[in-house]
Amino acid sequence: MAKLIKENAFVAPDQWQLRGDEDTVTDFSIITLTRWQAEKEQLKSLAQAGKLALHLTSDQTADVLADDCHHFALICIDFPKFADGRGYSCARLLRERYRFKGDLRAVGDVLIDQLFFMNRCGFSSQALRDDQDEHDALAAFSTFSVSYQNDAHDPRPLFRRRA
Amino acid sequence: MYVYDEYDQQILNERVAQFKGQMARYLDGKISNDEFLPLRLQNGIYVQRYAPMLRVAIPYGLFNTAQMRRLARIARDYDKGYAHFSTRQNIQFNWPELSRCPDILAELAEVQMHAVQTSGNCIRNTTTDEYAGVIADEVVDPRPYCEIIRQWSTFHPEFAFLPRKFKIAVNAVPGQDRAAIQVHDIGVNIVRNDDGDIGYRILVGGGLGRTPIIAEEIRAFLAEEDLLTYLDAIIRVYNQFGRRDNKYKARIKILVKALGIERMRELVEDEWNRIKDGEGRLISAELDRVKKHFIDPEYRQLTNEPTELVEARASNPAFARWLQQNVKQHKQAGYAIVVLSLKQKGNPPGDVTAEQMEHIADLADQYSMGEIRSTHQQNLVLANVEQAQLFALWQDAKAKGLATPTLGLLTDMICCPGGDFCALANAKSIPVAEAIQQRFDNLDYLHDLGEIDLNISGCMNACGHHHIGHIGVLGVDKKGEEFYQISLGGSSGDDASIGKILGPSFARDAMPDTIAKILDFYVAKRIAGETFLEAYRRIGHDSFKEAVYGKAH
Ligand code: SF4
Repeated sequence: MAKLIKENAFVAPDQWQLRGDEDTVTDFSIITLTRWQAEKEQLKSLAQAGKLALHLTSDQTADVLADDCHHFALICIDFPKFADGRGYSCARLLRERYRFKGDLRAVGDVLIDQLFFMNRCGFSSQALRDDQDEHDALAAFSTFSVSYQNDAHDPRPLFRRRA
Repeated sequence: MYVYDEYDQQILNERVAQFKGQMARYLDGKISNDEFLPLRLQNGIYVQRYAPMLRVAIPYGLFNTAQMRRLARIARDYDKGYAHFSTRQNIQFNWPELSRCPDILAELAEVQMHAVQTSGNCIRNTTTDEYAGVIADEVVDPRPYCEIIRQWSTFHPEFAFLPRKFKIAVNAVPGQDRAAIQVHDIGVNIVRNDDGDIGYRILVGGGLGRTPIIAEEIRAFLAEEDLLTYLDAIIRVYNQFGRRDNKYKARIKILVKALGIERMRELVEDEWNRIKDGEGRLISAELDRVKKHFIDPEYRQLTNEPTELVEARASNPAFARWLQQNVKQHKQAGYAIVVLSLKQKGNPPGDVTAEQMEHIADLADQYSMGEIRSTHQQNLVLANVEQAQLFALWQDAKAKGLATPTLGLLTDMICCPGGDFCALANAKSIPVAEAIQQRFDNLDYLHDLGEIDLNISGCMNACGHHHIGHIGVLGVDKKGEEFYQISLGGSSGDDASIGKILGPSFARDAMPDTIAKILDFYVAKRIAGETFLEAYRRIGHDSFKEAVYGKAH
């Protein structure tokens, strides 16, 4: 069982549950993009109530979802392997291009040494792989106190912040 | 050159601490080998055939004498007393202990050096013209732009796990290209438009390796402030859509081929249009801030061809030859650009001992304002030498084996570490280079042959740039034996081309004879003043093939 980090702190597991395309969708279900696209109209009320989440695989790019992102309280982006970096661009695009305001969660092969970059790319929560050390994980969020580029939190690169 | 401010230093110091922690967790068994791999790669550490290798970044090939002395000390204290300059203007140590690498990185950080992103599937060291800032015909000094790219690419949060490595090169000389930008993932050509404004022509999708491809133009002109947002847009597209299922098809060149340049452009421009006017856009204050680090030094008012030089040249033919071959014209009257050769006979191309490194630092302090450049041909440049001092410098350099007068000639080879060090190699490359150096050591003959780029790689990864050598040599494995395939007609210049394979490969001991056949044919067929490449292009591939293999039956 992955350990949940929200806003840089460990929290108890929340009620969201991943549902297969054959399962019944109930409150706090995480559904696939295929299901959303097929059953959008029926699912909208649940979404309206803030009780629907979406799971994106690493080959589902942000542009496929686009403005539909606003229907979800939570979007999970899967990292099938830690070295698969597509999720970083997906996260930034959801935050910066499509202005997604809900919880953006990294799931899958989520390791300590990705946390800092994930945070900068706009992930607000991470399902940390269960074998990872909690103390080391929290420390990773403050690896760098200053960064050159802009990111999901600050649109200004360092060159607009340099004294 | 660029000097770190407190931000740059803090970022680097935090990186050193980060990797120290990662190494400790790894040695503690908290990180698996597989998961440690990209962490160590992004800190320059490979595991080679016999030992780890640490690749230290020399951003766009520019460094100072304090840094060179520190590199020498590291070679001595942590390695076997030597180091290797690579074809990407970086420097490599072949024998450090894995557990001591964090200490080496800490030593480097003290002199504003690092091994950040010198390996791994991320944005690598940006390379440029080794004569940047000191030649007359460049549009503008490319180094400030390289430094701006360096900062932008350093720990870019989104691009640490790209499908594959990513290399950017910058050239600012019209009609000439010493940075080989057409065979990089992104080539940035600094140009002036019709209104006289500085900007960039952007190329994308070039590369060597298994599928050598010449880059295509994605944008004819980009304004000066738009550099970083455009790079962001290109790499964002690549990060999402580049292939990840096959590492041999993962470079951006394959994506560009698959989509076609028009579709690629469409995707990039769509994303770029969204961000181009945002805060990621460069500002003139930043351009000015970085450019200030690269303004001309206080040159003295001197004249060309001072008497000391003229007299020494007249009385010393060996000096005259070195002048002709290894010294280039400087933009400032009375100054010269000197290339110190790392290709002396019996020395693996690009290798230097700690003692030589210190000597080079002394030379740079004494004759060239304390700065050094590394070149992708694996030589070193002293860029600001007074012409009146050239003779003294030459004598000094010669005594230390650094004045081989063969720049650009056959024996000024590019050669990767190959099977002597590299775990990926199919064949050794250094012994081939040495055999060729032994065989062709007559300076009159070499000068008569004129400019020839001979490039050697130990495998398809093409670190020795064999595709773009006029003569390219590639190590191949034939049923467990080391063989060498020759290609002809490659070029890295403004007229970049990919060499064409000549025919069946050769055993190592047949290589000098085979090269001799190619050269003899060229000498017999050339018309006055024609270089090897020109002659090859005129006479044609098949004639050379016949000269080497005999008539087809
Ligand atoms: S070309 Fe091949 S053998 Fe040579 S250094 Fe690169 S990977 Fe190693």
